[in-house]
Amino acid sequence: MTETKQRLHFSRKLLAIPYALFLLAFVIAPLLIVLYYAFTDDSGKFTLYYMKMFFNESGEGLKGFFTSYNFKTIMRSLFISFMSTLVCLIIAYPVAYIIAHCKLKNKSTLLLLFIVPMWVNFVLRINALKELFVWLGTYNKSETWNVVNTIIGMVYDFLPFMILPIYTTIIKIDKSYLEAAKDLGATPAKAFLKVTLPLSKAGIVSGISMVFLPSMTNYVVSNYLTFRNVKIIGKLIDDYFTGDLWHDGSFIALILLLFMFLATWLTGGFEEDEQTNTRGTSLW
Amino acid sequence: MVKLKSILKWLFIGLILAFIYFPIVFLTINSFNESDIIQKWDGFSLDHYKYFFNFENEPIRVVGQTLLLAVVVAFLSTILGTIGAIGIFYSKKKTGKVLTEVNRLPVINADVVTAISFALLVSFLNIDKSTYIPLLLGQMLLCTPFVVLSIIPKLKQMDNNLYEAALDLGATPRKAMFSVLIPQILPGILSGFLLSLTLSLDDYVIAAYTKPDSFKTISTHIYGLDKNNVVGPKIKAAYWAFTAIIFFIIVLIVVISNVIAYKKTRSKKR
Repeated sequence: MTETKQRLHFSRKLLAIPYALFLLAFVIAPLLIVLYYAFTDDSGKFTLYYMKMFFNESGEGLKGFFTSYNFKTIMRSLFISFMSTLVCLIIAYPVAYIIAHCKLKNKSTLLLLFIVPMWVNFVLRINALKELFVWLGTYNKSETWNVVNTIIGMVYDFLPFMILPIYTTIIKIDKSYLEAAKDLGATPAKAFLKVTLPLSKAGIVSGISMVFLPSMTNYVVSNYLTFRNVKIIGKLIDDYFTGDLWHDGSFIALILLLFMFLATWLTGGFEEDEQTNTRGTSLW
Repeated sequence: MVKLKSILKWLFIGLILAFIYFPIVFLTINSFNESDIIQKWDGFSLDHYKYFFNFENEPIRVVGQTLLLAVVVAFLSTILGTIGAIGIFYSKKKTGKVLTEVNRLPVINADVVTAISFALLVSFLNIDKSTYIPLLLGQMLLCTPFVVLSIIPKLKQMDNNLYEAALDLGATPRKAMFSVLIPQILPGILSGFLLSLTLSLDDYVIAAYTKPDSFKTISTHIYGLDKNNVVGPKIKAAYWAFTAIIFFIIVLIVVISNVIAYKKTRSKKR
């Protein structure tokens, strides 16, 4: 009996092998190739040239870096991404909170109304937004409008990713905690600050991680809504690759990878609640 | 005071919903516009719908092949993801943890980086893009991690004794797998499949880097029209019609599922 059991155990474990190979070949290997391209030249020799090119585009040393095209693009991306994430959070938290605490029976239906637009292809949705901007006359009106429209576009595209994880954490909070806070004399505001907010931190963090990086890199949104006048870091990489400058492109991709690792490290590592971070799988 | 607060609450919810739906509704209205320019209303017409449903025109063919691609990718990703999730769940703790973390990489990584790194691998191995293999593998790379993430919680909730009981009662491992284990995680598998469908339909950047030159998806087609400044007002307006159609279908699904749920709760009460 134990012998068969052991063999069975073994056989189920073996199922991990094909997927492990898939991950190795298509996740790990490509990242190593990016690393390779970032630090080699066309003949395959090790070089720091592309790193120097990135930091010293103008040839004036590090001082020139802060006025360089690359640096400006990165700062612009960070600004757009920061604003988009902030606006998403300001909208999503109250929405998630109101839905989770409302007295309606069909809370999930109300939530569904916020999620459903995700099922329309995002380029179609961004196209709708663009036509609206054209109609309103703000499309490609000025530099400021272009940045504002990009931020609106990012919020429009990524808002559900912020609402969902926050909602799932708020709805899971044990109501008796809030009752206890009330019984112990806490005002509703205090109960919110001391109970609900800390307990929904995981949702906020995972929402931020779902919005921040994409709104730095989704160049379809920024290009489409601004007549290609707002350049973000995703577009920078795309430009290098479509211009066959793979080494330069790889170096910038590497910097984005560092951003990603830094962000994951800051937000508490890779181990998060799987439920809150899967683009609403729990909904189906 | 309480009433005012409640009014403000629902006003806020209403405003955000208006923000989410206004562009789509606006486009839906314009899909019935005889003109293909937004600012000009030339009267009601179904021209854009006629153009869209004409198989001689590009949009409906592009929509068809995008759907086909999504179904194939979702199917393959679901199979690979199911196998992977079961494998990860039953492997040693350390191996499982490493695999889970690697699995999370494409989820949190920027799409552009995933796309260009995969494209570099494709050119490194010299795989021909016109074989569709890079496109399929690339989109699987996008979808499969999400399938795994949606199945693993179901494996954790599952009653493991049932599987052992099936074996003790003489079921072969294969039989126990298909008639005991798989049914228990089926909801996770299904949601993984649906998620893969939407991810593949929504993808622009992976497809842009891996597709054969002549192949178009909805995303790459529309973006290409804008990017190359090809003035294809007819094609563009046909996509307004398409957006309106999907919008109608989604509204219909939501309404129907609600009616069903409502009837269920009512019959339960009786």
